[in-house]
Amino acid sequence: MPYGEWKDNEYIEKLVQELRDSGTNVVVGSLDKLINWGRSNSVWPLTFATSCCGIEFVSLGAARFDMARFGWEVARSSPRQADFMMVAGTIVHRMVPVFRRLYDQLAEPKYVIACGSCAISGGPFRKSYHVAKGIEDIVPVDVFVPGCPPRPEAMIYGIMQLSRKMKVERFFGGVNRQEKLKDFLAAHPVEGVED
Amino acid sequence: MANITERIKTLCPSATVEGYNIPVVTVDDDHWHALAKALHDDPELAYTYLVTIVGMDWTDSLGAIYYMMNTDADRILGVKVLAKGTREQPLITSAADIWKVATLYEREVYDFYGIIFLNNPDMRRLFLNIDWVGYPLRKDYDANPDINPVSIESERQSDFTKVYSRSADGTVNCTEERIFQPEDFVVNIGPQHPATHGVLRFRTCVDGETVKKIDVYMGYIHRGIEKLCETLTYPQTLHFMDRMDYFSAHNYHHALCMLYEKAAGIEISRRAQVIRVMMDELSRIASHCLFIGTYCMDLGATTMLFYTLRVREQILDIMEKTCGARMTFNYDCIGGVMADLDENFVADVKALLETIPANIKEYNTLFTGNVIAKNRLTDVGVLSREDAIAYGVTGPSGRASGWACDMRKLQPYSIYPELDFEEIVATEGDSMARFQCRVREIEESAKILWQLVDNIPEGEYCVKVPKVLKLPAGSWFQVTEGCRGAFGLYLESDGTTKPYRLKIAPPCLPQAGVVDHITRGFKIADLITIGGSLDYIVPDMDR
Repeated sequence: MPYGEWKDNEYIEKLVQELRDSGTNVVVGSLDKLINWGRSNSVWPLTFATSCCGIEFVSLGAARFDMARFGWEVARSSPRQADFMMVAGTIVHRMVPVFRRLYDQLAEPKYVIACGSCAISGGPFRKSYHVAKGIEDIVPVDVFVPGCPPRPEAMIYGIMQLSRKMKVERFFGGVNRQEKLKDFLAAHPVEGVED
Repeated sequence: MANITERIKTLCPSATVEGYNIPVVTVDDDHWHALAKALHDDPELAYTYLVTIVGMDWTDSLGAIYYMMNTDADRILGVKVLAKGTREQPLITSAADIWKVATLYEREVYDFYGIIFLNNPDMRRLFLNIDWVGYPLRKDYDANPDINPVSIESERQSDFTKVYSRSADGTVNCTEERIFQPEDFVVNIGPQHPATHGVLRFRTCVDGETVKKIDVYMGYIHRGIEKLCETLTYPQTLHFMDRMDYFSAHNYHHALCMLYEKAAGIEISRRAQVIRVMMDELSRIASHCLFIGTYCMDLGATTMLFYTLRVREQILDIMEKTCGARMTFNYDCIGGVMADLDENFVADVKALLETIPANIKEYNTLFTGNVIAKNRLTDVGVLSREDAIAYGVTGPSGRASGWACDMRKLQPYSIYPELDFEEIVATEGDSMARFQCRVREIEESAKILWQLVDNIPEGEYCVKVPKVLKLPAGSWFQVTEGCRGAFGLYLESDGTTKPYRLKIAPPCLPQAGVVDHITRGFKIADLITIGGSLDYIVPDMDR
């Protein structure tokens, strides 16, 4: 797909601009390119679903939408082996600590996609006494995919945005996302745990 | 009916009987337990299946309505029990010794209303944390998020449960009982586990590889739908039905629309009826197909998912053309359906139905006859007919145990009485029977669709209903058949535009409650095949 057709995400354009402005070391920059090429083409999801969106994620794995085309089909059941977490479904009070622990168990570099309106804001259950109003307060989110549930095509688009993001990141000595994560952890401390 | 009322009067003279669409007997707590025992044991009454327990808060008093069914004579009866004691400590005598499933249902009522059931062996909260402040479905519940904030710290857990009992002098005692013994070896399975089919958690006590006891821990997707419904107008409550058991979206929508239409006295056109039933049966095929796929995947037969999702995608295409969505359709509405059928609907359904026999043959060739499948499923997780009724396990799982519990036959609704279809009942009660019941139900649903596809009558698809719908004061209860079993709905209206109480009795909650009973003595690997064969949907049980 020509790059021009992809130029629809201001956020990533900004990220690319930032990286260009700050300048890159030739050796590390080339290594980054190679590693990111590999990373962005084999994004492994964690099988994590709480409700309806998870079923659309199953459809994504089947023959019609076939996410194996993009190298995302290796859904891992253990967070230690996964690259990103597709938060498909509502996150409720009781699930929050579990969800946060799953996120903490993901190996770096890790990413989160908030899939569906429940994960983004609480969706139709926003006014409930037992639903977290969006997961952004619990973990840092990289991509939001709206919908209730999002169509599989929308999910494909969302994960594609994630791999684009991976492509422009700096793997070595990069600061853009590690720092963001540090800030986030500082702002959301867990008692008794040193991050 | 009159003789049942008389019998109840002789059993309990102080009881009063009200006649809504289903008769409701009102008793106080002192007479309740004796009456319950008689209703269950008396061969003439024989209310052996407890459909649900509806907790109620009438602001001046608290209580619970037990809905029970005589499965041979298709009679439903409600018994309204008024709680004794103060609002701080309302008390009802438990019926857990009469209906096994009551243990779980009473825990739910305790969780939502704080009603303590005396002699219930397990009086813990069900969906909410131990430290949750307040009882959310009470009318005076304080929903301030600062009282119960979202916390990323792990919730406090206890290995003890409470049992309340009344001593001879009338005081209430509370004793703590162990869930697991100190020497037990407890393995935690879930909530993040691919084989629990969602966020369900089993605390499994094992002896070597053998399961000794399972403590089912739910609430990881409890979204408080019942409370939300009380704040929304009647048409606004409908969309939640899509998001509980997302495979039975049409069936649940149909059920709630029917309940509102019954309450408001709205007659819908035959065309809408036929469309609704066709959508229900298409959902059933899609749901059972996904069950076969994911279940085989649990057992390691990954490719089955691709074969079964082929049919499901075909059905989703049909629905998308008419309803405009793949999963949360919001298609049935009060008075009929939202939109007319797509012009290609009939041709598409026929094309689908023609592929089904070949598909089922393929599934059977690939999986059912497989020696690994046979060894892992046959005689594993046997549930007897008596236990299926006592635990309230309905749907294909109940029918696999020899209990003819299809609500389309028992409580005929819509146009089902006119249709010719067979109720699939097996007698083995093991995982294999549960699996095969579902496969054969696909054929029956296809049979229903063949009868209807050429006979969709002309007419309006939605009758005119008032823009602002007010229901008369009163209460209604109905049971219909979802894809996974009996789906009960209780509505109490106070004459306004919003429901005073909408209780949803999902089929999956008792199915999770029976896991402990049928896995005991089997290996831990069998837990996966047994749990999978029950085919519960976690958002459905948690609501």
